[in-house]
Amino acid sequence: MHIPDGFLDGRTMVATAALSAGGLALALRQLKRRLPRRRVPLMGLAAAFVFAAQILNFPIAGGTSGHLLGSVLIAVLLGPSAAVLVLATVLIVQCLMFADGGLLALGANIFNMGIVGGVGGYAIYRCVQRLARGPRGVIMGAAFAAWCSAVMAAVLVAGELAISGTAQWAVVFPAMVNVHLLIGLGEAAITVLVIVAIQHTQPELIDPSAPAGGALSRRQILGYGLLISLGLALFVSPFACTWPDGLEKVAGALGFANRAVRAPAPLANYRLSWIKSAPLGTSLAGAAGTVLVFILAFFVARVVTPRRANDSR
Amino acid sequence: MAFSLDPHSRIDSPVHRIPAAAKLIAALGILVATVSTPRAFVPVACVLLATAALSRIPPLFLLRRLIILEPLALGVAILALFQPDGGRIFARIVVRATLCLLTVILLSNTTPFAELLRVFRRARVPALLVTTLALMYRYLAVLVEESERMRRARACRTFSGGSGRAWKSLAAVVGRLFVRATERADRIHAAMCARGWK
Repeated sequence: MHIPDGFLDGRTMVATAALSAGGLALALRQLKRRLPRRRVPLMGLAAAFVFAAQILNFPIAGGTSGHLLGSVLIAVLLGPSAAVLVLATVLIVQCLMFADGGLLALGANIFNMGIVGGVGGYAIYRCVQRLARGPRGVIMGAAFAAWCSAVMAAVLVAGELAISGTAQWAVVFPAMVNVHLLIGLGEAAITVLVIVAIQHTQPELIDPSAPAGGALSRRQILGYGLLISLGLALFVSPFACTWPDGLEKVAGALGFANRAVRAPAPLANYRLSWIKSAPLGTSLAGAAGTVLVFILAFFVARVVTPRRANDSR
Repeated sequence: MAFSLDPHSRIDSPVHRIPAAAKLIAALGILVATVSTPRAFVPVACVLLATAALSRIPPLFLLRRLIILEPLALGVAILALFQPDGGRIFARIVVRATLCLLTVILLSNTTPFAELLRVFRRARVPALLVTTLALMYRYLAVLVEESERMRRARACRTFSGGSGRAWKSLAAVVGRLFVRATERADRIHAAMCARGWK
């Protein structure tokens, strides 16, 4: 999901760079205050851990394989601000050392995966925990959040590419999101399996109420929330409004649609219908998928939560 | 297998001797030029090829790096085909992405990461971020080798099962890797304190 250089236009690069610089500054300020000094080296080690974990290939049917993205895993283990720092570090090193993900697109990549994936994912994880407490809530929340983080990042990438004029929304949105509806499942599975493995051996490392890097404070919710919604408003909402044309529908219902000036376009409109329906279908699939994955996360959490961890509460 | 990040960043050549800050700014300038106008393609390509020749990095190595990374760019670029005049946009994007890739590959292989970090520190990048970058860079190879060792040890001891089994055991490796990383971080902290870090 790393956007390479050459795919974004100037506006998008500047906007995403500003958003992620803001997010990173917020995270660094928070960590400076809350992170115990003995935890400082852990940030670097956690970044190296994410990188090493991303290299391990999980086999999927047919000789293909996938790997962990890690945004939600690291947010669950270390908290949202630490996740932003760790993921930004990973992306910077990947970009500067391996040319994986562009240097000018670094802002976009940090925003999509670090801030939306990490902080957004963490917020979802905490929300789910209000419904289900204890280790079971950790697993259910992590599973659902991991899936959401992959899909959200894909939606943002689609929006950024479309705004830059690299590809049309009607093509890039279904292509990115449909693939990531599936990738998200893998991400959720790996995240859950890793958390279960840690719960088995070192359950004290996963403390939902006080992760190593500090939980979300009210001011942070405001700050990150503002950044994420700004990002969504800039890159996704311009397209979101064009899906089912509300005005056209109302006009039709009121009976003055025929009177509207519709001169030479009906054929063009007709030809575009499949392209128009693709984003709609994708968003419907996404919505259905969200419900399904949530239910799935619930049952997975019931099955895989280590009994010992659950009893210890 | 020794895991090396930037095997050619420490050889000696005229390009390697340029200060890191200058190289970083030059690379950014080249990227901006490449992205902003197609007219820059030919001059940028010439500059990059000249730099590559001067840097004494084996051309095959650069080519291999490019080939590894190109599919990622192509995968996104293909989406550009589905629009009016898609062929031209596609070609432009591919050329642009390739030039950008080559720029960053050249930058990373002519500049030791430690020098880039020094530039960051001088540019007033927050200390916590620089420390984290430095530690990540230092322990990257250590953790990658550690995970490879654990994976191998596990593969030696388990008979192959279905892919479900494989996922579970790989996830256990990842989980263990994180536990070991936290333990190592504690030891590093002690070592840093012993050397006067505050």
